[in-house]
Amino acid sequence: MATVLSVRDLRKHYPKVKAVDGVSFELEEGRCLGLLGPNGAGKSTTIEMLEGLVEPSSGEILYRGRPLDARYRQRVGMQFQATALQDFLTVRENLELFHALYERTLPLEQLISACHLEDFLDRDHRKLSGGQRQRLLLAIALVNDPDLVFLDEPTTGLDPQARRNFWELVQAVKARGTTVVLTTHYMEEAYLLSDDIAIMDHGQVIARGTPQSLLAEHFNDSVLELPAVEIEGRQIDLPLVRKDDRVEILSADVNGALRKLLDAGLSLAQLKIRPRTLEDLFIQLTGKELRA
Amino acid sequence: MKRLFAMVKARMLEVARDRLVLIWNLLFAPLLMVGMALVFSASPQTVAKVGVLGEAPLSAETYPFLGTPAVQFYRETTPEEGILKVERQSIDLLLDLRSQPARYWLNDDSAKGRLLQQLLVAGDSRAQAQPVSGEKLRYADWLVPGLLALNIMLSSLFAVGHVIVRYRKSGYLKRLKGTPLRAVEFVGAQMIACLILVVVITAAMFTACNAMLGLRMEGNYLNLLLVATLGSMSMIAMSLLVAARVASEELSGGLLNLIAWPMLVLSGVFFSLDGAPSVVQALAALLPLTHMLDAGRAVMLDGAGLLDIAPDLLALCAMTALFLALGAWLFRWTQD
Repeated sequence: MATVLSVRDLRKHYPKVKAVDGVSFELEEGRCLGLLGPNGAGKSTTIEMLEGLVEPSSGEILYRGRPLDARYRQRVGMQFQATALQDFLTVRENLELFHALYERTLPLEQLISACHLEDFLDRDHRKLSGGQRQRLLLAIALVNDPDLVFLDEPTTGLDPQARRNFWELVQAVKARGTTVVLTTHYMEEAYLLSDDIAIMDHGQVIARGTPQSLLAEHFNDSVLELPAVEIEGRQIDLPLVRKDDRVEILSADVNGALRKLLDAGLSLAQLKIRPRTLEDLFIQLTGKELRA
Repeated sequence: MKRLFAMVKARMLEVARDRLVLIWNLLFAPLLMVGMALVFSASPQTVAKVGVLGEAPLSAETYPFLGTPAVQFYRETTPEEGILKVERQSIDLLLDLRSQPARYWLNDDSAKGRLLQQLLVAGDSRAQAQPVSGEKLRYADWLVPGLLALNIMLSSLFAVGHVIVRYRKSGYLKRLKGTPLRAVEFVGAQMIACLILVVVITAAMFTACNAMLGLRMEGNYLNLLLVATLGSMSMIAMSLLVAARVASEELSGGLLNLIAWPMLVLSGVFFSLDGAPSVVQALAALLPLTHMLDAGRAVMLDGAGLLDIAPDLLALCAMTALFLALGAWLFRWTQD
């Protein structure tokens, strides 16, 4: 597959902070890269440099082997964390406005249908619900039938149903062969949509790989969860991690762990066993809760 | 061009649907104009005004009549301009101290002129009268061009400057930066949209005032349109310069007021600058409103042609080019 984006030793230094400090990666056509990191890790600055909105202090960004230029603007789409639009314009008028800014475009009716905007085309965009607004912003990001789309925390603030609806739209975008760069605070979203994950902290990429390979590389155990009250006052020969009103037991030998719990006389009625997740990996690598 | 027209259309739709802006532009400003014109017409200036030709100091030692109390004496630059003002009764008398004996011009129809003549002749019986005639220029005729120019200035400065700062603050400019739209296309679209609105609204205001007050219009309407267009462009360009980088509406508001108020005071909107200190007049010549106003009044009141107002039009063009060049150089889509 062709390389769409090559990023080499990208840096953005402000007088008092190194927002991005030597990020390098390559992104192949049709893949979705999930960019994860705690607040202040440098995700947004990185994505803004990739979008061509912020000038890097140093480093190189190549789109299909060439520096970012006017052609790049024609070929990329973007959805910010908070995208502002022009006041008093309806959904249709906003789409028409952005449609007119590009040389190559998708037919508006196709876009409207794909993003399910039919029911509120003549509504002022300021009167849309959160989910409707994000669908409009995605439609605007796709108006030029882009090769590469940047989605910066597109589902933040949406209710679970609206979030799932949005995921379906992004899956459809991926199915068209469009390359996607996604930042998100939702691990489920990253796991579901991303072919590759890059975890950032302190302006650097500290882990990169497919979700499965990253988990396999860092974990060989599973998590057994029990209510904390079940454990209290008992001596159990297992590594226990107390988390609020529950206790987590990390073990590579689940059968052995279960035997020890039964031997200790615990009720396992409320036991949960789960594999390691991206959230576990994130916390292990960054030492921070995702929404901290 | 497709991108430019799309941006112009979007901006026009925004203004057309913003009821507060519409009310402001369509109702408040014309009502203010008509109200002020009527009020000032009803209470003309009470101090008599005399233009003086010649380099001698304007004091009683030079010529006794110059010591007359309650009369404002000012130095007139050319006899032609002074005589025109006497004809219109925008001044009450013109005195030429360069000749011996002194000469003076007064309008036969001016009561104040005849009174001043009595005072003058009492001190210098040899002074020679040069009677002229002409219809008195109403204060409303003189004021309305000023108010039209004032409206053009305020609409141009605030409509564009504030809007760009608001777009930048909200992040809309950042979103546009991510498209193929070039800065010159965006700025051009804002300029065109504002120009259309300002010219249309000013034309509507002119028509309304003319219907109510019967304005004096000696010149060509196309020349007046050209003055309004170039004047508006210079103000818009100035506004773009102010808004080139600012991301705070409070700061831009302050800066725009800082520009608007000196122009309001120094450019002769409400009162003529005849007789003002030369420093003030020199400062006024640096302001686009002065040139727009001088050219507009010349067309409306004197019937001036393009050649007559060419210096003012060239000044407006030069200011527009300068402000646009600086604004384009300084322009940023986002906050640094």
